[in-house]
Amino acid sequence: MGEKAKGALRRAGLPRVIILGFFLLLLAAAGALGMDLGQLLGDMLRRWGMYGVLALAMVPAVQCGIGLNFGISLGIVGGLLGGLAVIELEVAKSPALLAAGARLLGEEKGPLLAQWAAVLAAILMGAALAAGIGWLYGLLLNRVKGSEMTVTTYVGFSIIAFMNIVWTVLPFQSGELIFPNAGQGMRNTISLASSFSQVMNRTLAFSIGPVAVPTGLLLFFFLCCLLVWLFLRSRTGAAMGAAGQNPAFARASGIRVGRMRLLGTTLSTVLAAVGILVYAQGYGFMQLYNGPMQMGFTSVAAVLIGGATPRRAGISHVLIGTFLFQGILTLGLPVANLFIPGSNLSEVMRLIISNGIILYALTQTGGGGRE
Amino acid sequence: MNKKTILDRVFQQKVTLLFVLLCLGGILASGQPVTFVAGELFTRAARNSFLVLSLIIPVVTGMGLNFGIVIGAMAAQVALFLTTCWGFGGIGGFLLTALLTTPLAALLGWLVGKLFNRIKGSEMIGGLVLGYFADGFYQLLFLFVFGGVIPMGGPNAGRLLLSTGVGVKNTIDLTGTVKYALDTVPMLAIAEAAFYLTAAGAALSAILKLWKRQPVDWKKTGAVLAGAAALYALTFLPAAERFLRADRLLLLWAVEGAVLTVLLWQGGGLAWRRLVRKEPAGWRRPLALCAAALAVYAATYLPAVYEVLVHVRLPVMTWLCIGALCLFNRALMNTRLGQNMRTVGRSRVAAGAAGLDVDRIRVTAMVISTVLAGWGQLIFLQNVGTFSTYGAHTQVGQFAIAALLVGGASVRRAASGQAILGVLLFHTLFIVAPLAGRELFGNAMIGEYFRVFVSFGVIALALAMHAWEKRPRPGAEGEETPAREGEAPA
Amino acid sequence: MEERYALRMEGISKEYAGHRVLKGVTLRVRPGEIHALMGENGAGKSTLMNILFGMPVIHATGGFEGRIELDGRPVSIDTPQKAMELGIGMVHQEFMLIPGFTVTENIKVGRELSRPNLMSRLLGPSLETLDLDAMARDARRALDAIGLAVREDALVEGMPVGYLQFIEIAREIDKAGVRLLVFDEPTAVLTEGEAERLLSVMKSIAARGVAIIFITHRLDEVMAAADSLTVLRDGELAARRAVRDTSPVEIAELMIGRRVEKLVEEREDNRALSDRDIAVSLEDFRVEMPGERVRGVDLAIRRGEILGIGGLAGQGKLGITNGILGLYPASGRVAAEGRPLDLKKPGEALGRGMAFVSEDRRGVGLLLEESIQENIVFSARQVNGDFLRRVGWMSFCDSPGARAHAREMVKALDIRCTGVGQAAGSLSGGNQQKVCLARALTLRPRVLFVSEPTRGIDIGAKKLVLEKLVQLNREEGVTVVVVSSELAELRSVCDRIAIVSEGRISRILSPGDSDAEFGLAMSGPGKGGEGRG
Repeated sequence: MGEKAKGALRRAGLPRVIILGFFLLLLAAAGALGMDLGQLLGDMLRRWGMYGVLALAMVPAVQCGIGLNFGISLGIVGGLLGGLAVIELEVAKSPALLAAGARLLGEEKGPLLAQWAAVLAAILMGAALAAGIGWLYGLLLNRVKGSEMTVTTYVGFSIIAFMNIVWTVLPFQSGELIFPNAGQGMRNTISLASSFSQVMNRTLAFSIGPVAVPTGLLLFFFLCCLLVWLFLRSRTGAAMGAAGQNPAFARASGIRVGRMRLLGTTLSTVLAAVGILVYAQGYGFMQLYNGPMQMGFTSVAAVLIGGATPRRAGISHVLIGTFLFQGILTLGLPVANLFIPGSNLSEVMRLIISNGIILYALTQTGGGGRE
Repeated sequence: MNKKTILDRVFQQKVTLLFVLLCLGGILASGQPVTFVAGELFTRAARNSFLVLSLIIPVVTGMGLNFGIVIGAMAAQVALFLTTCWGFGGIGGFLLTALLTTPLAALLGWLVGKLFNRIKGSEMIGGLVLGYFADGFYQLLFLFVFGGVIPMGGPNAGRLLLSTGVGVKNTIDLTGTVKYALDTVPMLAIAEAAFYLTAAGAALSAILKLWKRQPVDWKKTGAVLAGAAALYALTFLPAAERFLRADRLLLLWAVEGAVLTVLLWQGGGLAWRRLVRKEPAGWRRPLALCAAALAVYAATYLPAVYEVLVHVRLPVMTWLCIGALCLFNRALMNTRLGQNMRTVGRSRVAAGAAGLDVDRIRVTAMVISTVLAGWGQLIFLQNVGTFSTYGAHTQVGQFAIAALLVGGASVRRAASGQAILGVLLFHTLFIVAPLAGRELFGNAMIGEYFRVFVSFGVIALALAMHAWEKRPRPGAEGEETPAREGEAPA
Repeated sequence: MEERYALRMEGISKEYAGHRVLKGVTLRVRPGEIHALMGENGAGKSTLMNILFGMPVIHATGGFEGRIELDGRPVSIDTPQKAMELGIGMVHQEFMLIPGFTVTENIKVGRELSRPNLMSRLLGPSLETLDLDAMARDARRALDAIGLAVREDALVEGMPVGYLQFIEIAREIDKAGVRLLVFDEPTAVLTEGEAERLLSVMKSIAARGVAIIFITHRLDEVMAAADSLTVLRDGELAARRAVRDTSPVEIAELMIGRRVEKLVEEREDNRALSDRDIAVSLEDFRVEMPGERVRGVDLAIRRGEILGIGGLAGQGKLGITNGILGLYPASGRVAAEGRPLDLKKPGEALGRGMAFVSEDRRGVGLLLEESIQENIVFSARQVNGDFLRRVGWMSFCDSPGARAHAREMVKALDIRCTGVGQAAGSLSGGNQQKVCLARALTLRPRVLFVSEPTRGIDIGAKKLVLEKLVQLNREEGVTVVVVSSELAELRSVCDRIAIVSEGRISRILSPGDSDAEFGLAMSGPGKGGEGRG
């Protein structure tokens, strides 16, 4: 029995066991300190859905062989552009859609239809943009095989810095987007209150006692997971998985490995675009400029906590990892505040956990070790 | 050299060339006087060069661009916080801080080296992530440990800690403690210290030789001591003393001094080898260098250049430190350890086959680099005079690495000259970009963002090019070991 | 009477995971003698040398039995450093030279000469200043000793391959107290002129009293340069001979040896093979496979035959199959069923009814983390579109169908596993090989290429795999091409055996031809047929 436990520990990896233990400890502490566990659980569910799709973007990347994609910022940029376009075009305020919504859903819930139309339009536009960006990105990654992680990180940073310039010069007109008082460029934080703020969270939402369940959000997240899961089980998906796991094997079965990597990279980028919009609607704001800088690290850490490795990642890793990671952050904030009020201990915890697990993953693979 | 190789060389330096053009364009667009840009530039270069130079050894050892220097910077800030808290200031306080930084940075560097040995081939991404990881602990230290777990005493503790008594304030002001501690060391003190150091070195060397029962060259020791004493005696001349009492040196005089040194060194060396030792020494290189020095001297008579040269004043001690580090990097490469580092850097396999302890050499490189980075951060902070407790270290690695790359270095090759050139170019762009942005687009932020983009972009480009070159090419035999005799079943 | 030997390795035995690769081998080399060490692949040469150099792989796998004496004194060599200190040097087959270094730096790597200074006196000898002049002098002396007129301060980068080999040698003889040098197939990458120079350099080194172990498969070189030779076969000592007492034909016979084990049962043969009915033809076929380069092969594979391709490692026999299947860049004309094959298009050969079992089971042959089932059906699903279910415009994997097929295969090939869901990586070598074979069979090929089908697997699995190949050929008319280093197994299943040497077919023999013929064909076209190119 002891042997078995040791084996399980080795498979899971010590850091994951520590993180799980930490989560349970926080949960116990929160309970013991008399905090509103129901509300906290609701928070966890909300953040689970919000961050889930971003973490899901890691799956195709890892499966196709480019490894942990720190460069999802490229997709995020695509998603943000989609969101901006929707606000600029005022889709959520379209009288026709509002009227249709009122007729179908009643006065109270009427705007939901227009808001759904807005968020879906944003996702479609964002995904289309991200597909193009992802394709180019994939072409780059096919030329730097073996060092994808280092390159993706800095390409991700560069694109954020580049977009900082673009944000200041984009010719958007809407007052919600640009700085007021004749300032130049886009706002740092753009409120979605008049477009699609919380639209997924509110759809079909209900409460079990104090636990608020963001049904629409979770359903959308699960739908994305299901689609990716189905793709991985298709002929193309299986070919992509083989190309990532063993390129020589794939080539021997007549698979074009480069093309599969391209596909995986594109898919990952598109999911990142969808992910940032899901995140933004849940948060109620879109953050431009340096806002998405650390998104890549957060998503990578989430799948790693869930048990993924730089060579293998599945849907279950996304579900488990995002829940644990966001759970710790949700619980950590109030618990830490009790000890030291007003501190940002939670941020410190995020830094240590997310980067610690990435370092651990690097040591486990030996980092590729090619000279 | 035929036309093609010239073009090739130019092409290899494309990043540097692009930056030269960007800088020139930026200076023109910013509409600022050159004297202003030059003044700013030399201030920034004095601050940053040491940090950038600390990156060279890991590159030579094949560990790539050391994103782990952030950790050296953290060690420096911890030490600086402590000495500031205890109220030490001036050059004494600075030296104490450096002394405190050294073991801390060495220990952290050793740990970083151990970690890098476990992630060979991913040192760069590992270093970056490690920087963030360590940042978490750094924040933990400054937010909860100082004043919380460890009560802080000292005359300045009240000024530095938050009103609750736990945690450190966002900004640490060094005015009155180590601000300008290094920059303001007068030349006279430097000369004095140099004399005593030389004397101590000569004596120590003689004692060590006696101790190990080796012959001592008393004549040479005597000559060194006499020479040092003579030079030191010169400083007692009233005119020299008056000149040396300053702590800054006019750039014009620095340039003239450098020109004179080159002429004496190269010309004298040539004469020595040709006329005295009668060796067949090549005369092209010394003569070319002398000609270049003379051309530089001639250029000082151009009004525009002259204006800059009499405008800029260099902090002598800081630049001496930078020069000393350049010399150190060079001298190290001439030792057994340096040669072993180069071997490991070129091929770990060959180094292992030659019986070198590859892992140990890599750790040594990381320790040296981290300690140097710590000192570099101290030099930077004493010049700025104030630092953000939680932010001063975060971008150290990124900017230093970008500067090194701009100077023409790559993931596998770097030299002191490239570091200095890179610092000058990179910081020129940093100075002029916001101004140029304001002039051209009516928005200073564009320039601001542009320079951040450039620093990331340069790194991304260098990493991508490195990965590109690293890819094994079809037909390149010897890169991959072919399937050998199948005697050992899997 | 006791003779004086520079090196004596007595009764050396070595086991890797229960597999005996050396059985009481003896190797004796006199001072100043060039001693050739010969044997087929897998005969135990590398293991013997790994023991001599104290390589970690030996001690990580439980050490070895037997004793080693140098100049009559017993020694224990447990690290490569120890071997170096004892004066044993190795001239590597892959050059351990650093391109960006000068010749001097390469010769003195790890053994730099230096002078103490103040810092080194305080902090240790690793900070001593390099004495570049003394290093250059040493390098010059070593280069002069082997007659290489290259400047010692020139960069190694861009030098011709032949020079690199000589610089390696210069480094070894520069080492103080070197008394035994091992040359591991030193002429494999050299031109004919360079090879002759090398042999004369070896002789001059030996004349200075250094003992030399010369690993090679070229009989003409052994006859020209060596004084004596040891032949290993199947991990045993086959013979030790003085070169003047033997002949190339005898050496060849000693290397191959007559083997009695019978690997496959005789079965009814009613095939009609014809030189006009060609399944696959190769003309001027070249493959850029590192270490297994093919330099122009012409071969016609008859429909319905079992063709063997043999030869020593590194000669290019593996390149042929890998090239046809498009795994390495290939050129030349290949036709299947008379129609040309597009060598640039991945999957072309698979789509044209060919299948391949790779020699690199774990690297190319398997998805180690996937199940047996996935491994078996993968290629057929991708190439032929089997085991798929269409839902709308998408095709999904048909798990029940795949499982049924995988179970059938597990039974047919006797794959020992806990179930078709077991990860392929956790199977034993023999069972992994059967999974690879099962995948190839699932493709229902007309031509089956099998590389090293029995490498590293036990005798039971070996028999089953070979039986299955013969059965496929006889009962289903599949044309089979077997590439193997083991001549015995080729001779027991093949109709014809093509021997590859230096990237070309040196001869096509029938299984009944004599050992000497095989030995000569394998030892280079110099004696077998066409000249070396």
